[in-house]
Amino acid sequence: MAVGQNVLRKEGYEKLTGAARYIDDITLDGMMYGKTIRAKIARGRITSVSFDAGFDWSRIVRCDCRDIPGKNYVLLIENDQPLLVESEVRHYDEPVLLIAADTRAEVEEAARHIRIEYEEKEPILTIEQALAGEREVLYGADNVFKRFLIARGDTDEGFAQADRIIEGEYRVPHQEQLYIEPQGMIAIPGDGSLTVMGSMQCPYYVHKAIKQLFNLPDERAIVIQTTTGGGFGGKEEYPSTIAAHAALLAHKARRPVKIIYDRAEDISATTKRHPGIVRHRTGVLSNGRLVASEIDIVLDGGAYVTLTPVVLSRASIHALGPYRCDNVRITARAVATNTPPNGAFRGFGAPQVAFAYEMQMERIAAELGIDSLELRRLNMLGEGDITATGQRLTWSVGAQDVMNEAVSRSRYVELKKDAGAAPATADNKRRGVGLAFFFHGAGFTGSGEARMKAAAGIEITAEGRARVLAGSTEIGQGTQTIFCQIVAEELGIAFDQVEVQEPDTSRVPDSGPTVASRTCMVVGRVVQMAARDAKQRLLSFVAEAFGAPEAELIEGKFVAGGRELAEFTDVARDYVEQNGKLVAIARYASPPGVEWDEDSYSGDAYPVFSWGAEVAEVEVDMDTFEVTVLKITTAQDIGRAIHPLLAAGQIEGGTLQAVGYGLLEELVWDRGRIVNNRLTNYIIPTSLDAPEMETVIIEKEYPHGPFGAKGVGELPMNGAAPAIAAAVFNATGAFVTEIPITPERLQMALEKKAVKE
Amino acid sequence: MSIQFQVNGTAREVDAPPMKRLLDVLREDLRLTGTKEGCGEGECGACSVIIDGEVINSCLVPVCQVAQTRIITVEGLASDGELEPLQRAFLECGGAQCGICTPGMLIAARALLDMNSQPTRDEIKEAIAGNLCRCTGYVKIIDAIEQASKEN
Repeated sequence: MAVGQNVLRKEGYEKLTGAARYIDDITLDGMMYGKTIRAKIARGRITSVSFDAGFDWSRIVRCDCRDIPGKNYVLLIENDQPLLVESEVRHYDEPVLLIAADTRAEVEEAARHIRIEYEEKEPILTIEQALAGEREVLYGADNVFKRFLIARGDTDEGFAQADRIIEGEYRVPHQEQLYIEPQGMIAIPGDGSLTVMGSMQCPYYVHKAIKQLFNLPDERAIVIQTTTGGGFGGKEEYPSTIAAHAALLAHKARRPVKIIYDRAEDISATTKRHPGIVRHRTGVLSNGRLVASEIDIVLDGGAYVTLTPVVLSRASIHALGPYRCDNVRITARAVATNTPPNGAFRGFGAPQVAFAYEMQMERIAAELGIDSLELRRLNMLGEGDITATGQRLTWSVGAQDVMNEAVSRSRYVELKKDAGAAPATADNKRRGVGLAFFFHGAGFTGSGEARMKAAAGIEITAEGRARVLAGSTEIGQGTQTIFCQIVAEELGIAFDQVEVQEPDTSRVPDSGPTVASRTCMVVGRVVQMAARDAKQRLLSFVAEAFGAPEAELIEGKFVAGGRELAEFTDVARDYVEQNGKLVAIARYASPPGVEWDEDSYSGDAYPVFSWGAEVAEVEVDMDTFEVTVLKITTAQDIGRAIHPLLAAGQIEGGTLQAVGYGLLEELVWDRGRIVNNRLTNYIIPTSLDAPEMETVIIEKEYPHGPFGAKGVGELPMNGAAPAIAAAVFNATGAFVTEIPITPERLQMALEKKAVKE
Repeated sequence: MSIQFQVNGTAREVDAPPMKRLLDVLREDLRLTGTKEGCGEGECGACSVIIDGEVINSCLVPVCQVAQTRIITVEGLASDGELEPLQRAFLECGGAQCGICTPGMLIAARALLDMNSQPTRDEIKEAIAGNLCRCTGYVKIIDAIEQASKEN
């Protein structure tokens, strides 16, 4: 039995000995070092590019947009983001030129001898400026990249029934993914082909982008993922740009080229979590029952469309939260600004709206004078209930379970009673406790998975091993390990007999991107189906060879009627000798009855949801307004945990990122430029900022996931920020509507509270 | 300039500019790429090595300063391919996810356990406060160091 066991992670040995090869650990013969020369204005036009005549350029390879053989666009949703600026600059640090030299020192020196001059325009830097329409439009007629409307029931009627109408506005900031391994790629030119390797989540995104930029057929572009030091969404779409930059230099130089970002470049130029403004107008009965909800979302998409429409979609679908309300109207817009494109980051729109819906629940409870836990219990979704998009929840609904577990384990009710009544301590500190309840749809939204039809497979090798063939990447979350567990379990062989083919587009099928909490639930299911197919073929082979049609594969042996027929390894070897290699490829198909209507934006937005409840205990220093998170207790329903230890690691890691989101992480901007683009001044949680965590995994099995598994990657990102804000409210009475809750922001909220009183 | 020092028990001599970062000397001249660069300014700890018993960010040290010292990098922890108990504990407890902070974490933990064989959880937190991890929330790293200390 492999599933449910805490086996040692597949690539663990290499990671613990320093032997794992990340992209910057690889050096090739004749390799050059590349660098990106970037625009230093937020908006305008390049008037001239000049290369210092006194500098020796003979040793430097230079590329601009004219060197691109194909179309000058980074392929994603819309062809609007150029690989290199042609003339118009739309954000600070936008790539303009590429240079490469034999050493890092030489390329840095060369960069100092390039001068770019501009004609500047007034940039649009905020959501408010984008909507005001006072500055020259950046996108379409009104700067709006995308709109969504989700409507259910009749909100007019709902508000007419309501005893109270409660309004709130919530603001959420940019957040940097801050994987510890900076982005990097090596490109190797071939004879009419290109190979790119590097740090990435989605080899096939890079593959598609390279093909378009270089006019290459499928097999002439090869993309290989190297050991990747964290992604969190930050290595979903941006690696396509770096890969193409390295490839362009390599193509021109006819030599391998490596580009590694330093931390400042990585923070300045790559994608962030979308900031946003979320407004709630909620109609409630006096007992707390929600009867109408109007929610308006505006996200800042940055300078190009990139993945923004998809982020906005997820934000819209999750905007009401895990609550019942029959009359709902959700309007959502994403706007264009002259800031680097915002993109994928764990949670993908959901953490933004989760802060808003949970703070709105706190506000409603406070205004009605009822307990916020009771308010949540009264309105929470359960099995058979219907979501904002009209989806009836038919299976694997762990809502009650996670709530009960988080509340009882944390002693939330007792803590809240004590905290509210207690005076400040002698050193002027106050304690508080807060709760958040949240959900997350796993896999692509709507018909995304049905359209994608993710492929994955397994190969049975002549050495008697099973090898997983999938485009899904290991980025720390445990992809390699859980895929091997799933295959071992399905085949009935040992975990150690299963291995993973490193993602390489010339060797693995397109399993879709490693995003959206889909790797285990969606691709893992496809891997399971492929293993089932391979097993059937081996069983037919054994049936014939041994005249045993009833043969089974159990613990690495083929058995029939209690009799041992052969070892798996021997059968595998014989099969391959006689029939050639055994490769089984399967494709994803949506579970029966899952339907989505793209036009009305209604139906089954996701095949299933994961559920979470989280309690934060905080201490607030009433002199300095610093907030310390003492403990987080969380219960999360992720379906069957294929590897409980790895799953808990996902929950703990995501939770701490969310603590950073709620308390610490903030970008400082100056006319479109990120000022704090260093680890000295962009602060992420250290071990001393990390609270004690108690994690409970609830396993409400999902019938269409591998062995009942659902998604876990993103769910934990949704809870901590609102739980901490609720705890601060409990501790101080200050209601914070904007994160991160820095001392300055808390001080302002306390002053506002004092004025009201 | 020729500089001599010991790395993982072996005497090494490199010919490098005196101000070249120790990190680059380890990675480029000695091809010991287990030591990582995450920020280049001493904030993330991915480049931690032990120099004469002390944990140091190798991105902040010019190589001329390490002449005649004894340096331990992540490559020096396992012997003959066998993981040492601390590495084994990281593997068993889930202390390594993406693995990029792991070499530095192991080094910080090794130095702690060398000085304090039975640290409390708070002492462990303090010892790794200069090593950033974005994957684990630190829980399982602390678990691993605690487990290793119990096996000491």
